[in-house]
Amino acid sequence: MVELEKIPHLDEISHHGVFQGVRPKNTATFRQRTVAHNKLMPSLEEAIRRTGLKDGMTISFHHHFRNGDHVLNMVVDTLARMGYKNLTLAASSLAAVHAPLIEHIKAGVITHIETSGLRGELAEQVSRGLMDCPVVFRSHGGRAAAISSGDLHIDVAFLGAPSCDPYGNANGYSRDDDDSIACGSLGYARTDAKYADNVIVITSNVVNYPNAPWAIPEDDVDYIVKVDDIGDPKGIMSGATRYTKNPKELLIAETAANVIEAAGYLYDGFSMQMGSGGASLAAARFLREKMLAQHIHCRFALGGITGQIAAMHEEGLIDRILDVQSFDVDAALSLKKNHFHHQISASYYASPLASAAVDQLDFVILSALEIDTDFNVNVLTGSDGVIRGAIGGHPDTAEGASLSVVVGPLTRGRIPTIIDHVNTVVTPGATVDVVVTDQGVAVNPNRPEVAQKLKKAGIRVYTIQQLKAKAEALVGKPDPIRYLDRIVGVVMYRDNTILDVIRQIDETEA
Amino acid sequence: MEKRYVKDRLRRSMMFVPGNNPGMISDARIYGADSIMLDLEDSVAFTEKDTARLLVHNALKTIDFGKKEVVVRINDLASGLGVEDLEAIIPAGVHVVRLPKTDSAQDVIDCEREIARIEQKNGIPVGSVGMMAAIESANGVLNAREIATASDRLIGVALGAEDYVTDLKTTRADGIELLFARCMILNAARAAGIAALDTVFSNVNDDEGFLAEATLIKKLGFDGKSVINPRQIAPLHKCLQPSQKDLDKAYAVMDAIAEAQARGSGVASLKGKMIDRPVVIRAQRLIALAEADDPVEEE
Repeated sequence: MVELEKIPHLDEISHHGVFQGVRPKNTATFRQRTVAHNKLMPSLEEAIRRTGLKDGMTISFHHHFRNGDHVLNMVVDTLARMGYKNLTLAASSLAAVHAPLIEHIKAGVITHIETSGLRGELAEQVSRGLMDCPVVFRSHGGRAAAISSGDLHIDVAFLGAPSCDPYGNANGYSRDDDDSIACGSLGYARTDAKYADNVIVITSNVVNYPNAPWAIPEDDVDYIVKVDDIGDPKGIMSGATRYTKNPKELLIAETAANVIEAAGYLYDGFSMQMGSGGASLAAARFLREKMLAQHIHCRFALGGITGQIAAMHEEGLIDRILDVQSFDVDAALSLKKNHFHHQISASYYASPLASAAVDQLDFVILSALEIDTDFNVNVLTGSDGVIRGAIGGHPDTAEGASLSVVVGPLTRGRIPTIIDHVNTVVTPGATVDVVVTDQGVAVNPNRPEVAQKLKKAGIRVYTIQQLKAKAEALVGKPDPIRYLDRIVGVVMYRDNTILDVIRQIDETEA
Repeated sequence: MEKRYVKDRLRRSMMFVPGNNPGMISDARIYGADSIMLDLEDSVAFTEKDTARLLVHNALKTIDFGKKEVVVRINDLASGLGVEDLEAIIPAGVHVVRLPKTDSAQDVIDCEREIARIEQKNGIPVGSVGMMAAIESANGVLNAREIATASDRLIGVALGAEDYVTDLKTTRADGIELLFARCMILNAARAAGIAALDTVFSNVNDDEGFLAEATLIKKLGFDGKSVINPRQIAPLHKCLQPSQKDLDKAYAVMDAIAEAQARGSGVASLKGKMIDRPVVIRAQRLIALAEADDPVEEE
């Protein structure tokens, strides 16, 4: 018999009084309980009603299904049918498949968009002035920070998942029978799930509890909706990414690998990230040869992960993989079968408010559409001024990595890559260390020690102005793009400051 | 007289670039080939001949090829296109004209006559432009010696295997089918004191096969080889690169020679053995090859 008054310092001990016995024991089988108590909703409409979503609120989506995504269009169609207006759509990114949003924007269902990127018809229309409120573009790390700090408050997150159990443990693949739809990591969705007020998981594959290991834990999930179709597997994941055979991309890749070695960032236990673009991906192949020859290994590879990185992990060259997004089927399979291939959230990956993994990078290899003589990089707008890309983790990794290497051909057809001023600043030049083109290498004057090391290793270093002059000698100087005054996009830096704006293109006859 | 070509230079790789592909022409210099060969002949369809000629003419005039040797493969004179090709490329600044389908010394002499005429017509010193002859038939192989000595302008002779094996009524296989032609051409080149250049290896995805062929021609004694894809250049150069052991020996030979000269002695020896003149020449060649791959190209 517990006598409370006899316990000394009772007021200093947190307690709920004396034990009064337990609830009646539940003797139903676990299978029966799952049927009686779960988060499965009879319909998407019912789930939406239960969240209390109202006009003017913010909804969010992830882009792990890329151009095979069927979730976003299905949800916004449903919201339109239910009569919602004036919603903010905050997606981790948008693809060409999301062109049906144009009609919902015209009808006032969606009045504001936040995203990392825009492509296809929607991007074209936005560049032509589709929306009154400018689209806000954020990097993956910047978005994660904005979500966690409340700068970007999400009312309802609609998260597609290739597998989910009745309590909400969701994953980007399935360890049960049906693995026909898989996207690998659900890294971007994890941040939405953690911070959104309401989370609806939309899945075509409800598996038995517990769906372990999971990307999104059940305590972050409020409702689950089972649908027949969340996406097209072919659009979600390309088959195995192959190394490029383009000799120019291979030349750039090999030079980038030589630059990294010469700059002193290839040592036993280094860390790295590389993009999925032809040249940046191919650099992995040349780094691999150097690692084998020098008997060194990589402590961790970060980022969007490809099959090539997974293969180097399986070969024993990379100890750990931190995977925020799996780029291809082989990467997704590796996540499933390799214990040290680990999925991470967008915040863990790149948030400037967290002690993010990007801050542990020795080097990153990044692509570029345009680079200017101040080393600013554009990956968002094309040479015609139209939005056609995504910020992704570009500024996050460029700032975080000790050595950021931007690769690209000096010219693309008749378009120079190195110019006086980029159309849109996505990554500030102060964070870009080395530019590698097929026709030469330039080092940011901020990093004279890197330039010295490259020269010592026999790599010819040009000034960025010299590279620009080479490009102009080949293809001339393009006419400036004509814009209207109206601003259609705002580019946020990682810290939620406004880095640049995108204007409506001027298509009137000159 | 100012010659545009250097008779004796490093020619490990000669990269074929179709003359009607502006992107490939403008990029040609970045891949590190010793010579760039802009092609007006077999890689250009008949309907594209004029386009290619005009494009190559303008490329020679405007594109900076750095220190590369710039070769143009013309159509053979018998085709009726060859003279027009020469008229376009000589005033534009070509270093070396590659004559295809060379069957006899007379083919070289005929081509040289046209080159000299065009040089004269354009106020270019006669003898400025170099030549090389590609041998692509049984007749050509049997006449290799006469072909190789038919003109002072010749910098080398090359084997063109595709036409040759057809002429022989065989196909490309493991290389045995080319052994006689390779040996003939190599000996003709060496007797004439000019370069011997091997044919292309056309399966760009067969890295092993390419390396085996490169190793074979290195053993035979060829200077280099034509390549059709930039990806073949680095492995080719690596294959032709002397081994560190051979290189160390070459440097030791040159050190011994220098030491002997310093002593005022005409006889040098290394490890108790007298150094013969051929040993010195081989050492010099090896060192030149090894030092050729300096990635820093001055501009």
